Amino acid sequence: MISWIVTNVWLIPAVPLVVSLIVLSLAGSRRVAAAGFAVTGQVIALVLASAAFLPTLQTPGYRAIHNFIWFTFGDQVLRLGWVLDPLAAAMLIMITLVGLCIFVFSIGYMAGDKNFTRFFAYLSFFSAAMLGLIIANSLLLLFICWELVGLASYLLIGFWIERPSAAAAAKKAFITTRIGDIGFFIGILWLYGSSGTLLFYDNGHGCIERTALLAIGGSATFVALLIFCGAVGKSGQFPLHVWLPDAMEGPTPVSALIHAATMVAAGVFLVARVYPLFSFGAIKGTTPSLIVVVSIGVITALIASLIALAQFDIKRILAYSTISQLGLMMVSLGVGGVAAGIMHLIAHGFFKALLFLGAGSVIHGTHEEQDIRRMGGLRWVMPVTFLTYAVGMMNLSGVPFFFSGGWTKEEILHATEHWQFSRLPHYLMLAGVVLTALYMTRQIIYVFFGNSRAGSEHAHESPRVMTTPLMVLAICSILLAVLLTPAWPWLRTYLEGEAAHADPALLLQPMLLLSLLLVAIGILIGIFIYRFASEKDPLEKAQPALFRFFENKMGLDDLYEHTIVAFSRTAARVFDWMDRYFWDGLVRTFAGLGQLFGIFTSSFDQHGINAGVDETTIGARGLGRVISRWHSGQIQTYLGAVAIGMLALLLLYAWLT
Amino acid sequence: MTPTLQLFLIISAALFSIGLLAALSRRHAIFILIGIEMMLAAANLNFVAFWRYGPHPEVPTGVMVAIFSIAIAAAEAAVGLALVIAIYRHYRTTDVDKLDRLRG
Amino acid sequence: MAHLITALILIPLAGACAMTVAPRNYARAIALAFNGLAAIFAWQLWRSFDSTTAGLQLVERHNWIPAIGAEYLVGIDGLSLLLVILTSIVFPFALLAQRGDRGFCALMLLMQSALYGTFMAQNFVLWFLFYEMSLVPAFLLIKIWGGENRDRAATKFFLYTFLGSVAMLLSFLGIYFAKGTFDFAALANLGKTGLLDGNFAWLAFAGIFLGLAVKVPLFPFHTWLPDAYETAPVGVSMVLTGVLSKMGVYGFVRLLLPLFPNEIRILAPWLLGLAVCSIVFAALAAWAQSDLKRMVAYLSVNHLGYCMLGLFAVTGTAVRPLPEMQAALSGVFMQIFNHGITAAALFYFVGLLEQRRGLRGINDFGGLMQRTPLLCGWMSVAMFSSLGLPGLNGFVGEFLIFKGSFAMAASFTAVAALGLLVTAIVFMRAMQALFSGPLAESCRTFSDLRANEKWTVIPVVLLMFAVGIVPQFIFNIFNATVVQMARLFV
Repeated sequence: MISWIVTNVWLIPAVPLVVSLIVLSLAGSRRVAAAGFAVTGQVIALVLASAAFLPTLQTPGYRAIHNFIWFTFGDQVLRLGWVLDPLAAAMLIMITLVGLCIFVFSIGYMAGDKNFTRFFAYLSFFSAAMLGLIIANSLLLLFICWELVGLASYLLIGFWIERPSAAAAAKKAFITTRIGDIGFFIGILWLYGSSGTLLFYDNGHGCIERTALLAIGGSATFVALLIFCGAVGKSGQFPLHVWLPDAMEGPTPVSALIHAATMVAAGVFLVARVYPLFSFGAIKGTTPSLIVVVSIGVITALIASLIALAQFDIKRILAYSTISQLGLMMVSLGVGGVAAGIMHLIAHGFFKALLFLGAGSVIHGTHEEQDIRRMGGLRWVMPVTFLTYAVGMMNLSGVPFFFSGGWTKEEILHATEHWQFSRLPHYLMLAGVVLTALYMTRQIIYVFFGNSRAGSEHAHESPRVMTTPLMVLAICSILLAVLLTPAWPWLRTYLEGEAAHADPALLLQPMLLLSLLLVAIGILIGIFIYRFASEKDPLEKAQPALFRFFENKMGLDDLYEHTIVAFSRTAARVFDWMDRYFWDGLVRTFAGLGQLFGIFTSSFDQHGINAGVDETTIGARGLGRVISRWHSGQIQTYLGAVAIGMLALLLLYAWLT
Repeated sequence: MTPTLQLFLIISAALFSIGLLAALSRRHAIFILIGIEMMLAAANLNFVAFWRYGPHPEVPTGVMVAIFSIAIAAAEAAVGLALVIAIYRHYRTTDVDKLDRLRG
Repeated sequence: MAHLITALILIPLAGACAMTVAPRNYARAIALAFNGLAAIFAWQLWRSFDSTTAGLQLVERHNWIPAIGAEYLVGIDGLSLLLVILTSIVFPFALLAQRGDRGFCALMLLMQSALYGTFMAQNFVLWFLFYEMSLVPAFLLIKIWGGENRDRAATKFFLYTFLGSVAMLLSFLGIYFAKGTFDFAALANLGKTGLLDGNFAWLAFAGIFLGLAVKVPLFPFHTWLPDAYETAPVGVSMVLTGVLSKMGVYGFVRLLLPLFPNEIRILAPWLLGLAVCSIVFAALAAWAQSDLKRMVAYLSVNHLGYCMLGLFAVTGTAVRPLPEMQAALSGVFMQIFNHGITAAALFYFVGLLEQRRGLRGINDFGGLMQRTPLLCGWMSVAMFSSLGLPGLNGFVGEFLIFKGSFAMAASFTAVAALGLLVTAIVFMRAMQALFSGPLAESCRTFSDLRANEKWTVIPVVLLMFAVGIVPQFIFNIFNATVVQMARLFV
């Protein structure tokens, strides 16, 4: 069984793919079958993923690869492959498990939708592409799946296609991520050109193994940065983060699965996967490309936290928090804490999916209300949702001990602290911890505490099919904490390819206490500020201008709209105009010159040659008329002429002689 | 006054001029024909005169040609008269001024 | 089977003749039958073709006009076969898309015969004969069955391409007087050492370049194309973009690149620049179009720009490793095939929309997804294929072109990658306008794909998936040719 799954890892994405095709071909009315197929597919994928997880446990640093030829061009071959290593296996488990919860949740959430079957087809398709991305052992295969998850994201954001805002958000997401993907694509070309392969691992000849890295040499920085462009687009990093909040136009399970737990984390996963490219030739533990990663991560994390403080849409707050957490993961990768970043990714996958599903439950329970100012007092009405949401909030804020998010955040802070290049990211991330606790407290107070406001009067708890996944996810995120403690850092050692060993002394560290303190500060400030939360945000009252600035996403969307978008739109119009009038004008000028020449020659023909011939004939005819008058028919006239002629000849003769 | 070549030539020229005048001035076709015959006669007279005063007066070539010429003139006159009669029958006139069908 | 190639050229010609006596109501069916017969012969050709050896196969050679070196010389290599297969696919597709009377079908068949001839002739005179023979039916099809502005567009199309052809003919006559042969293979051999010298070479190069650049079309010789494609009836647009535009690319591969390697090397930066301009400007212009057909037409210019980029990178740049050349050439050939299928499919879908609405402005529709999900779904596949989504056919060719070109002309390729972005924007804009939002009042009575339309679309779309996922069967056609050509161009 174990060796069988190693060679057949491709089955994990293949199952949801087949399911998605089956569901797509079902009639729209066959809801039960659609949901049944989709959930079954996901269960099978989870089982297979667990089976694939087992062999990676056997030896630390386990890695199985299987490469195959995709096609031959000329006498060259292009090979793809899949890989099973701790990174992939951990991600597979997280994605299939979170995915399964969200599939089940969707049955309840989408129950009333008329395109129910199509939704599950898309969702399964996404799942397949995402799983394919994880097991890819080739940057090209990864890119293929990368684009396909982008497609799934596009389809699902725009799922409520009759809403113009959803269609616009889908378009924005696709195009914005594609901007990053163009850089990624060029990076792939560069890497392929300089290393001759796109396989990650190929028995020492893969593109992130030593021989290839030496061949790439100095250009590794550029390759890494270009690949990072893709990650920036997909993971919503500054400056391409603008699509992610808009993507909340999609159904909430989609936001949970794609735009919180899995797809947006693909960028982080990508950087982790090709990490040797980033860290190649490191001096003092860092390289220019890693410095860029850290800078982008820090900027993103802080900007997004600040914007999250000033949002009122429950999902948008979570979206900005996702952006900020992804920035945090990038920082972690950038400072060398790869395992810490991936641990946070996995933990984040669970608790952010939990939070989004919780938000979905709230939205469902309050009849499509999304504005937190119109909610309130839901903790009694929706107890399960409230409790699980609180668990998610604790995770996100970074409360250690029972919550996995706390441990992983502490790991990241630990990693930033030890970065030799600069301590600035460390301090900024500490500030980020406070901000995170603050905006989550704000949200939870607005939604669940205080008195119920306009939107939450007729709220009800969601059905079992929706609350069960919430509970499962909450329990998972708590259980996961066991594997993350510094005392027995099983997941970290697993990812780093070492054997885990327990050391209870490490449980209490200064960093842990510091982060606990910061979280407490954040939460307390939050409670203090928002204790009398009303329709008007307390911060808005205190600092209206600043608040408005953050509420408007720091003007970045408008800035892009008025600069880049406007510029390219103008460029398009200019080129259309050029084509119609300049280039075609040139052609028409040439044609016109030809025509002019034609007019000239034709008029020369008409007025020169033709008229000349005419004149000649007219003249000849006149002459004929005159001469014919001599031809009188009078025989005597002729005779007279003869006589005169004779006389003339005589005279001529006489004159000559 | 001995007859000289010059005398004959003058007579011949006079005869020719009279014939020409007749041919040009008369309206009637017959008269024109007669004028033409006169001009022919002038030509014959010339012929004989040049023979008689030429280098070989002993060989009678000139007279022979003149006799032939007269014979042809007779035939021509016959044809001409026949034409005149045919024209008369057709047009009921012999006035050459009216016979201008060949006018261009 | 002997004379397979001749038979293939003659079948559509016979079909065109048969149209004169065909019953009026069955004209299209009979034309399709002849298409089917041609397809069977093309299939047979594919089977007889030995894909492991390079060079011409199934050659037929007869004397024709010995005095001017004109021979009846036909044969196929991988590239020819690829294009023959493409022609055999696109023509039935186009005839299924377009209802036409006997004259229409006859002209289409005539054009098909000319195209087969063009792709298989190996002697310039014969090639040129077929090349021009395709022009006349195209002109008539636009002129007689076209839409608005058809006179102007048809004349423009004809004059433009004809002017190019004349320039090319003159150049070839010059070459013939200098070298005494019209045989492609012989000329290519001479080309390796420099075919001509001095100003004469430049003149000859310019003439042939002009002729082919107009046909492809390469920026800035493309202005006839949007007008012609927009005006032509859908079936004709499909053939124009699917196959006729490939004649130019084919000409580049077969004639210009082997004959004038030095000239191309000297001009390489300019030629690459033109290719990049084709890619980026055409994509931007497509963005600004509101007429769907015109939009697809501009994207055609954009996609063929990728082919030109690959070809100029292969022949023009300073450092050219053999594997990269093979990648770029394979990519170009793949792109030829893919673009033929995808662009034809896009025109087909635009035709379906126009048929239902009577208009084809991007803003004349809205919310179609609610009314015609199948039509929208299949059309999206064609659109995604065109924008190069992995898993569909467009990606494979574009990836290889970019891979090869990037290694040889990195900066140009990097700029050309912008084209990929703009293409995505163009299609996203179109999808948003057509499929999403509230259902437009004017689209309320639309019918979804009918059975016959479904059966026309499904094979083509499945082909897109097949080429995108398991492209090996297409690569097999031309791999040996690619290896040989790469060696020729070194």
